[in-house]
Amino acid sequence: MKTRTVLASIMIAAIFSSCGGGETKKTESQTTQEPAQSMVADPATYDPKRGEGKYTAESLALTTKLDEAQATTGENVSNVKCTSCHKMSAEKLVGPGWKGVTERRTGEWIMNFITNPDPMLDKDPEAQAMLEICLVRMPNQSLSDEDARAILEYMRKNDGLK
Amino acid sequence: MKNLIKIVAVTGLIATTSLQSCKPKDTGNAVSGDAGIKTYVAPGKYDEIYNFVSGGFSGQMSVYGLPSGRLLRVIPVFSVDPEKGWGYSEETKPMLNTSHGMVPWDDLHHVQLSKTNGEYDGKWVFGNANNTPRIARIDLTTFRTQEIIEIPNSGGNHSSPFITENTEYVVAGTRFSVPMDDANGDVAIDTYKENFKGTLSFISVGKEDGKMDIAFQIKCPGVNFDLSRAGKGVSNGWFFFSCYNTEQANTLLEVNASQRDKDFIMAVNWKKAEEYLKAGKGKKQAVRYAHNTYNEKTHSATSEIKTEVIVLDSKELKDICYFIPCPKSPHGCDVSPTGEYIVASGKLAAVIPVFSYDKIIKAIAAKSFDGEFDGIPVIKYESALYGEVKKPGLGPLHTEFDADGNAYTSMFVSSEVVKWNIKELKVIDRQPTFYSIGHLCVVGGDTKKPTGKYLIAYNKITKDRYLPTGPELSQSAQLFDISGEKMKLLLDFPTIGEPHYAQAVLADVIKNKSLKMFKIEENMHPYVAKGEKETKVVREGKKVHVYMTAIRSHLTPDNIEGIKMGDEVYFHVTNLEQDWDVPHGFAIKGADNAELLIMPGETQTLKWIPTKVGISPMYCTDFCSALHQEMTGYVRVSPAGSNVPIKFGTGVTTPEVAATK
Repeated sequence: MKTRTVLASIMIAAIFSSCGGGETKKTESQTTQEPAQSMVADPATYDPKRGEGKYTAESLALTTKLDEAQATTGENVSNVKCTSCHKMSAEKLVGPGWKGVTERRTGEWIMNFITNPDPMLDKDPEAQAMLEICLVRMPNQSLSDEDARAILEYMRKNDGLK
Repeated sequence: MKNLIKIVAVTGLIATTSLQSCKPKDTGNAVSGDAGIKTYVAPGKYDEIYNFVSGGFSGQMSVYGLPSGRLLRVIPVFSVDPEKGWGYSEETKPMLNTSHGMVPWDDLHHVQLSKTNGEYDGKWVFGNANNTPRIARIDLTTFRTQEIIEIPNSGGNHSSPFITENTEYVVAGTRFSVPMDDANGDVAIDTYKENFKGTLSFISVGKEDGKMDIAFQIKCPGVNFDLSRAGKGVSNGWFFFSCYNTEQANTLLEVNASQRDKDFIMAVNWKKAEEYLKAGKGKKQAVRYAHNTYNEKTHSATSEIKTEVIVLDSKELKDICYFIPCPKSPHGCDVSPTGEYIVASGKLAAVIPVFSYDKIIKAIAAKSFDGEFDGIPVIKYESALYGEVKKPGLGPLHTEFDADGNAYTSMFVSSEVVKWNIKELKVIDRQPTFYSIGHLCVVGGDTKKPTGKYLIAYNKITKDRYLPTGPELSQSAQLFDISGEKMKLLLDFPTIGEPHYAQAVLADVIKNKSLKMFKIEENMHPYVAKGEKETKVVREGKKVHVYMTAIRSHLTPDNIEGIKMGDEVYFHVTNLEQDWDVPHGFAIKGADNAELLIMPGETQTLKWIPTKVGISPMYCTDFCSALHQEMTGYVRVSPAGSNVPIKFGTGVTTPEVAATK
C-alpha cells in the first residue's frame, strides 16, 4: 500500500517535470529504492557443486594421475592470463590464491567458472561470496577448452597431485 | 459560484500553458505525430542501420545508429585524437606521416563503403583528406584506420575516395590544379594555363587485404575536379568527374570561375586506361609520397616513402577522357542504380541535367563533338543529354537514389530536398531542411540496389535548432522517412565537425564481423609483456624501456626507480585482459603528449621525457573495476648523473634489480 502511494507521487512528479512546469520531488524516489537484490540461483535447479557451463564430472573424467606435460602448458597459459591476479600460495592477491582450490571446488566447477565467469558471478553462491571479498569481477580471459583444462591440471599439480 | 468559475478558469489557464510548454516551437508543422515512435530505439536494443558520416574539418569519421541518431563512435583518421592516443602513441605516429612530415590535422569530406557487385560488402570504409591529399582505409572489424596513402601530383583531394563497383579502384581527383611534382613549381601564379595540371589517381585495392597502391595517374588539363562517381552496371568501366573553373582562373574564383555558361563533366574510360597501362604507354615520374599501414599483429604502424608513379597523358592517349558540357559550376556528379543516368548538379544552374550513358557512348562513336578543350574532345551537350529537370529549386548539389526509380537532390540555396522521378524528370515532392543542406544520403543510395527507407540531410547551418552554445554550434543532420510518396521529417541530431558526404548500410552487413578483442597469444609487438613474468625495465643508454602490463586493477611494475633527467622513457603497456570492452588507460604526470588507451590483448607505447626531479604518479585513466582508483603507481626521477639503480616491481617490498643491456 505504502509503495503504491509513493509510486503514484513519483508518477505525478514525473508528469509535472516532463512539462518543465511543476515542482519535482526527486528525493522521494531516492529514499524508496529497494536494497539491491542478488540474483542467487534457485537451489532446486542449480547445482552449486558443478556451477554453470558445459562441463560435468562425467565429461571431465578426471583421473588421479597428473599429466605433467598438460600441467606445464597450464603454467605457461596461467603466466599470461591468470597470475597477474592469483598467487600459487593461499594468499589473496586480486583474486584468491590457488593453493587448495582443487580441494575446495570440484574440477567441473573450476572449469565452468574460468570459461564462463559472468553467468556464474550472477548466480553461483560461492562465486558471489568471493566477489564480496575481492570486489573485482573475475574477467573472462577467453580461454580455449584445451587451455582451461591445462590450467586445471596446473592447479592440481600445485595441490600436490603426482 | 463566482469563486468556482474563477477556479475553473484558472485551472483552464494552467492546462493551456502547460500544453503549450510541451509543444515544440519550430517543427510543429513539419513533423507528424508518430515521428517519435519511428525513431525510438528502446534501451538495450540495436539500431537497424550504421551511418558513416564524414567529420569534415574535424578530420575524423563518425558512426551513428539509425533511426535513433545516436553517436556510436568517432573513428580517428586524419587528425590526432589524444583521447585514443591516435597520433601520440609511438605505434600510431607513423600513420600521420606525409612527404611534408607529420601532419596532425586534415579535412575529411567523403566516405565510401567498399562494394562487391555494386553493393556494400561491409569490409572497409574509405575517407579522403582534402587538404594534404590522402586516402584512408578503415577496417570494419576493428573500426580503426588501417592504411593511409598520400597522393602525389595533387593540390587538394576533393573528388575522392569514390570507388568502382567491385572496389577495384578508389579514386582521387585533384580539386586544385598545380604544377606536377617533378616540374619546377617556382612559377608565377598567373601562368596557371601553361603550368598547372590536374591529375586523376586510380588507387588499386587488394581484394582480400584491402592494401592500396597507386596503379596509375591520368594527367589532365588544369581545372578544378570537384566530385566523382564510378559508373556501374551498364556504365561499369567508366568514371565521371565534375569540373569547374574551366575558365582556368587563378584568382577571385568566386567571380572568375563563374563566367562560362557551361563547365564540364569529364567521362573517363578507366578500362581503356588500364589497357594503355598494360601496353606500357604510361610514363614513370619521380615523386615523393607516404604510404602508412597499421599492423594488427604487431599493433604498430609503419610509414614508407615511395618515389615513383606511372602517369598516362590524357592529351596524348586519345579515347580515355571526354568532356561533356554541363551548366554552371557542377558539383555533384551522381550515377543512377542502373548506371544509365549521370545526374550533374550545377551549383549556379536553374536546371538539373541528366546525361545518358548510352547516348554518351553513341556520341563518342559518332564523333559528335563540339571541338576540343585543351586537347580533350568535348561532346555536344544535346548528344549526351537525356533531359533536364526544370525548376528543381535553387543551388542543386548532390543526388542519391531509392529502389523505385526516384532521385533525391539537395538544394543548398533554397534549403530543401527535392524528390524527382528519373525517367520522367518530374518533381514529386520537396521538403525544407533546417538549414542549408549540403550532402544527403539514402540508405544504400549509391549502390546498384538501394535500400531506401531513410534519407539523411547534412546541413551547413544550425542556428536555432538546438539550445544555444555560444557563437559556435554543432552541425546538424536530419532524418527523413522516404518509404511513402512524401518525405517525412523524423529527427534532428547533432554531428561532429562538419558533415559532408555520408553513407548508410543495414547493420547486418557489418555487426557480426565486429572484433571483440585482440588475442594476447597473437600479439607480435616487439615490446609485449605476455604476463607479469615478462615485465621488466631495460636501460639502453639514455633510453629506458618499461615492459608493463595492465589488468584489473594494477599496473606491473607500479614502482619504478632509477630514471634520470635526460632519459627518454618508453612505457610499453600490454593490456592482459581478454574480454570485450575492457580497455585500460595509461597516463603519467607531465607527459607532453596524451594518454594511451589500450584494448584487451594490445600493446601501446607512451614516450615520456621527465622534466622534473621527484616523484611522478601514473595511473589507469579508464574506469575498469571497483578498484580502478587503486590502479596507480610511482616513478622516481633522479638528477642526471645520479647513481640510483634501476629498480621496479609490483607488490614487492624490495623491487628486483633490473636487467641492464
